[in-house]
Amino acid sequence: MITIDHVSRRFGDGLDAVVALDDVSIEVQRGEIFGVVGQSGAGKSTLLRTVNALERPDSGTVTVDGTVITGLEGAALRQARHKIGMVFQHFNLVGNRTVAQNVEFALEAVGVKGDERRGRALEMLDLVGLAHRAKDRPAQLSGGQRQRVGIARALASQPDVLLSDEATSALDPETTRQILDLIKRLSGELGLTVLLITHEMDVVKRICDSAALMEQGRVVEQGALEQLIRTPGSRVAAELFPVGEAHYTPGHRIIDVTYTGLSADRPVIAQLSRDFGLDVSILGAALETIRGHQAGRTRLAVPGDASVALKVIDRLTSQGVTAWEVHP
Amino acid sequence: MIDPAAPEFWPQLFAVLLEGTWETLYMTAIAMAITFVVGLPLGIVLVGTEPGRFLEAPLGQRWLGRAINAVLGFVVNLGRSVPFIVLMIALIPVTRWLLGSFIGTGPAIVPLTLVAIPFFVRVVEIAVREVDPGLFEAAESLGASRWLVVRRVLLPQAWPAIALGTATTVTSIINFSAMVGVVGGGGLGNVALTYGMQRYSALHIVFVVIILFVIVQVVQWLLTRLARRLSGATPAAGRTARRTERAALDLDDASIVSAPTRGDTDSPTR
Repeated sequence: MITIDHVSRRFGDGLDAVVALDDVSIEVQRGEIFGVVGQSGAGKSTLLRTVNALERPDSGTVTVDGTVITGLEGAALRQARHKIGMVFQHFNLVGNRTVAQNVEFALEAVGVKGDERRGRALEMLDLVGLAHRAKDRPAQLSGGQRQRVGIARALASQPDVLLSDEATSALDPETTRQILDLIKRLSGELGLTVLLITHEMDVVKRICDSAALMEQGRVVEQGALEQLIRTPGSRVAAELFPVGEAHYTPGHRIIDVTYTGLSADRPVIAQLSRDFGLDVSILGAALETIRGHQAGRTRLAVPGDASVALKVIDRLTSQGVTAWEVHP
Repeated sequence: MIDPAAPEFWPQLFAVLLEGTWETLYMTAIAMAITFVVGLPLGIVLVGTEPGRFLEAPLGQRWLGRAINAVLGFVVNLGRSVPFIVLMIALIPVTRWLLGSFIGTGPAIVPLTLVAIPFFVRVVEIAVREVDPGLFEAAESLGASRWLVVRRVLLPQAWPAIALGTATTVTSIINFSAMVGVVGGGGLGNVALTYGMQRYSALHIVFVVIILFVIVQVVQWLLTRLARRLSGATPAAGRTARRTERAALDLDDASIVSAPTRGDTDSPTR
């Protein structure tokens, strides 16, 4: 649905030049929620803005639903933007216009007129549970409510794609969860493809199907979340499961065990100790709910050499969990 | 020397003041009206054509935006740097060409307008610059046309500052209008000049000062009120207090005590 193909963007010239995007390629499938994580300054925001051409790349192309966005100008670009909604960290609502007028603005941009416009704006507000606040000003709403208005505005023109620029970063944890659940629900109901950027791993954990990790303008890792947590050395997975540092322990091998779904309920480690007669010690463990499913990772220290480690990994794999040796 | 004890003094004084006040208001109102109509779009264009703004490439031409911006900025600075008295004299041929005459209250409006426009353009410039860039970005992301952005985002957000700036502009037009006696213009300034200075009537000066003070006060009061209304701070007098209270409660999500209404799902009390 969204194809970002070898996109680069630098700001400034010569020695002062900052490379915001360094040959970035990302593929977002239709209907999925794709999260780009990274620290501030990693280039996430610039990347997101290339998708609706708020930012123009120096090289590379961005394609949304078959349309090459990077090649569009003027009226054609405006048309394309009607199919790409965007929500912002600080909501960006016009303060001295009512909530309804803010949503109507999006419809005005599309050319919807009069009663139909008012009606559809109200429908959108109803969708986010704020129809009763239509005549209020944004300042009279809480942060979470304001973001709902932002979402209603972004979706008013019935886009296929929603871009989210740190939409929950200015909100408290409880409100963050409500907004994320709303995005998730609406993406399902309306068949939206969502590309979001965030610096919070919790956002990825809660709603993302796929994720990419960005660092200094580069994508260092990307893929479906289920796949990433089963990938040895994945940094996204390491962020999701904080099991601590892998310290070298003499005479021991360190093994990471990752389990999802049903295998999370089975006592695989206890069984391991019993079957092999090994004194397995647990160095760290993290249990998380990822997109509504239990998933966990345990870091074990197993006494013995490489052959023992291999045997243990084989056994664990046969029991439906993912395991690999970690070299400190 | 005028004798304040003479029986015809007070009726004459009031006649003179009435005429002077009318002339001042007339000159100021027309000069302000023209200034507003001309200065508002120029101010918007001046900011809009800056790099990275919504008009940086009018008709798709980046160089055109740069050129318009440079020329406009130059003209505005030029206009602002010429002293009014010099401008007034320098404009005499222009006024004569425009109106057929350069002497009198009507022709005096020409230099008044030309001194006010650059001032007002700066007023609009500051007001537009204050608008949150995020709002332009949001509007752009929605695929809004430039005209729609100006109408629905830029102007609503800039109106309060423009209203306040208009009060300042009116005050400075009144200020400059006191000098148009030089080209035969009337008004309260001229009253002070001809009666107060040349004929030593202190009472004329006192009344001129009082009337000017009242005019400026009223203009300032009216436009400040207008600015407050435009900023959306008070949707309606009666509802304000209640709304503000509710907003305060909503913002402090954790402390909501009233029963949440349908859709208020942000409150953790549910």
